[in-house]
Order: sequence, then C-alpha cells, then structure tokens
Amino acid sequence: MSHFLKDKAAIAGIGLTEFSKKSGVSELSLAAQATLAACEDAGLPPSEIDGFVSYTLDSTDEIELARTVGAGDLKLFTKVNYGGGAAVGTILHAVMAVATGVADNVICYRAMNGRSGQRMGQGISGQIVSSDLVHWSWYMPYGMLTPGSWIAMIANKYMHHYGVTAEDLGRVAISQRHYAQSNPRSFFHGKPLTMEDYLASKMIADPLRLYDFCQETDGGCAILVTSAERARDLQQKPAIIRGVVQASTRGQEQMTSYYRDELDSLPEMEMAARLVYAQSGLGPDDINAACLYDAFTSEVIMQLESFGFCGRGEGKDMVRDGALDIDGRLPNNTHGGLLSEAYIHGMNSIAEGARLVRGTSTSQPKGVEHVLVSSGVGVPTGALILARD
Amino acid sequence: MAQSFRMKPPMGEDNGWWWQQAAEGHLAIQRCGSCGTLRHPPRPMCGDCHSLAWDHVVSSGRGTLDSYTILHHPQFPGFDYPLIIILVQLEEGTRFTSQLVNCSPEDVEFGMPVEMVMHEDPDGFRLPMFQPAQGASA
Repeated sequence: MSHFLKDKAAIAGIGLTEFSKKSGVSELSLAAQATLAACEDAGLPPSEIDGFVSYTLDSTDEIELARTVGAGDLKLFTKVNYGGGAAVGTILHAVMAVATGVADNVICYRAMNGRSGQRMGQGISGQIVSSDLVHWSWYMPYGMLTPGSWIAMIANKYMHHYGVTAEDLGRVAISQRHYAQSNPRSFFHGKPLTMEDYLASKMIADPLRLYDFCQETDGGCAILVTSAERARDLQQKPAIIRGVVQASTRGQEQMTSYYRDELDSLPEMEMAARLVYAQSGLGPDDINAACLYDAFTSEVIMQLESFGFCGRGEGKDMVRDGALDIDGRLPNNTHGGLLSEAYIHGMNSIAEGARLVRGTSTSQPKGVEHVLVSSGVGVPTGALILARD
Repeated sequence: MAQSFRMKPPMGEDNGWWWQQAAEGHLAIQRCGSCGTLRHPPRPMCGDCHSLAWDHVVSSGRGTLDSYTILHHPQFPGFDYPLIIILVQLEEGTRFTSQLVNCSPEDVEFGMPVEMVMHEDPDGFRLPMFQPAQGASA
C-alpha cells in the first residue's frame, strides 16, 4: 500500500547557510537564504516553488518565507510536529504532495538561531494548560529541564543492560569528529578529538559527557523535493526517494517515553525501520551509508540495532569494529553530524544524505547506492532511504 | 535548600487532581473506572477499554530503581547538584519519574529498593521524592 510513494519523488536541490554561533540575522533571513541556495543548486527559480513544509518548532511561517523568496502560488503549506523528529517527516509530506499531484516543487526547511536565539531545553512554564505542557510538567518540577537529562535516563539503562562503556560513546564522537576535519562547514573543523579529550570532558547528565552532546547552531537548511522525472531534467543528480516514513508507537512521549515495556530499545525507530524497508523493498544489507540522528552519541549505537545492522546489544561491537568510519561497514554522519557539523535539527543530515548519493560528500565512501537517514530519537520520528538513480 | 525557583506544573483537568493528592501526602496512581487498569501519567481516557471513568489508588510508595541519571550541568537555581533523577518501578506496576534524596551519587544502583518521601518546598508545594528503602519489606 505504502509502496505508492516509492521512487515517485527525488531531492533535486540542497541549500545551506553558513553555520555559526551568532548569525546576526533573523531566522526568516536564514530560511530565505537556504531556500534560495536550494533552488540555485537545482537550477529551478523560486517562483516555481508551490509548497513549503517545516517543523512546528520553526519560527518562520510558510507564507512569510514564500513572500520573502518570491515564491509563486502555494498549494501546500504545513508543519510537522516538534523538533528533530520532524526532519524526515517534512520530506514525507513533500513526497505525498508531489506523488499525488497536490504540489510540484516543495521546499522543506529548518532555520534557527539555535545558539544566539531560543536554545533547546530552557524549560517551559506558565499558566497555559495544554496536553503538551502537562506532559512536561511530570519532569520539569524535578529539575529535568534539558534534552540531555531526558535522554540520559534511557542511555543509562541501555548501557547498563548491554555493557556499553564510556569509550563506546567516545568512539562515536571521535568517528564523527574525524569526518568534520574534511568538512569546512563543520564547527569542529580543524579540531580533532582524542579519547583522552573525550573522557576528560565535563560530565553533564551522567552517563553523558559534553562531547556526547550535539552542537547548538545558528543556521538554515532547505531541501527541494520534486518528482523523480522533473529532477532528472534539473542540474544535479537526483537523490531518488525510495522510502520515507513517519513513526510513533504506543506509549510514545516526547523524549520521556519511560512507561513502555522496554527501556533499552527504540520502539519508534524499530517501527520506522520496518516501514521504510517494506516501502523501499530494501533491507539493512542494501544500505551503504547512513546519517543516523545524533543529538547524543548513545542514540547512534541504539539505532544500529533498531535498523537491523546488528542484533540487540551488539551496537557497541559494531562501533568497536570501526563500522562507522569511512572504510567500515556503515560510514555514518560523514559530514560530522549534529555532533560535529551543526545542529539544524537533522535537516543538514538529509542534505548530507543527498550528497552521499550524488557522490559529493567531503568524506565520500566508495560505491554508495542507498543511504539511510533517520530523524530524532526518543520522539515521534521517521526514516528516509535515498537512492542513486 | 532553597527551592523557590521550582517550576510549578500547570494544573489542568487531567492532572490537577494528582497534585492535589500530593499536597495531601499521597503518591496517587490513576485507575480506570471500568477495567481497573492503572495508568501514569494520568490521561482522560483508558487506552485499553476507552472508558472515561476513573478513580485512583494511593501507592504504597515502595518500588525499585529502574534507571537513573545524575545531573551536573547546567545548574538551575533552586536545585542541589549533583541532582539524582530516577525512574521508579512502583510495586503497583506503573513507573514514576522522581528525585532520589538521602543517597550519595556513588551509592545509586540499578534495582535498588526505594521508598517515597513527600518533599515540601518552603512555599508549601509538595512533590513525591524517593530515598533508599529503610524497611525490610522493600
């Protein structure tokens, strides 16, 4: 049934602003610059854009962006709920629109002054009563006010159960930092990381240290989705969208799904894996590279299991074998990821997925046919498989 | 310990009653009025039988430590660091997220028996916390 979407659409353009800790411009400006860059990358004028999709956490409304870049009449304007979990969801909504003829050329965007403006996890309070605020209120009165504190509870249980060590988390951080050395856009370009540096970094939310955490970034990223047919006529090699799904499971909360049967796995990622493999007709053996969502290092190891690259509890063994490195089984986050390149809520990892399919990553592994990209972990999420045409 | 900065929960139809129970010294668990399933956090409908009827039971406050994190940074005013946050498996079967007190960070262990102690802020706001179990029954 869901196979209807397979190969119907493609990523035809990617656009990024400069990444910084203080952009000095509005989030609308970042969104507009990223959108224009995506259109120029594809060779399609902004006047042909007829759809915009973003995240509910994004402050830039679709019509503000449309006016700013001189887009045409809009047939699709929508936002996918929350933050990092929405990344792949925006692509799904764009693909559904393109595949059904609702819209022709859709920009998915995320632009944020994530360091100089509103930072993530600063607490929520006030007199407004909504189901979302009531959700957070089971945690915030206890001082659980940050994403690190919410994720650490699951990471600790998982690590305890399967014997995952601090060094294993460090291996993820170091692998991605190594990729960042080839990527001039990376915040950590020119700043490699050793295991000594990693282990000496400040403990933030035990067992998570400073370098287990992603960046906070000012920047924007836009992805242009159009039909596979149209993409073939544009100037870049299309990244064909072979599978794209959203996933949220029974008992799902944002970040704090502490009441499900199991605490040491990622049910929403296992669901995303099941769906995206079914839709694409592919399996883990077909995936040559990945951008597994990496707000925290522990999430990368857990996802190796969720997506079937190894069995439960074996993620650490893959990491110890160097699987994530460029000559490993699954080169992962070759741009440096959210840990080392920038934190644009996963949109920059979708851009890297397209580069890997084009063969233009700054750390390009050989023979990439299929790339897996995932969205936020421990939240309603999604998965995307991009393929070479 | 100064706690005047504690973020207070918004009190709505679905959760205000629970905090009222806490104010009276109880760790409450919502119970479906039709099929009897316990649920936490509280919700207005039973996900199993779809009944809108519910009441609650008062937890014994006994349970085991299912997971934890020790928070060091960032440090928010009003909290004592390192701050031990725990997930408790209550003996009634539901889980509860709380703070562990009267325990040093090095003594925290997975599976350790814990018991509820009702904490009261200087402004009178009460919320359930836990400490290592003192009694043999845990």
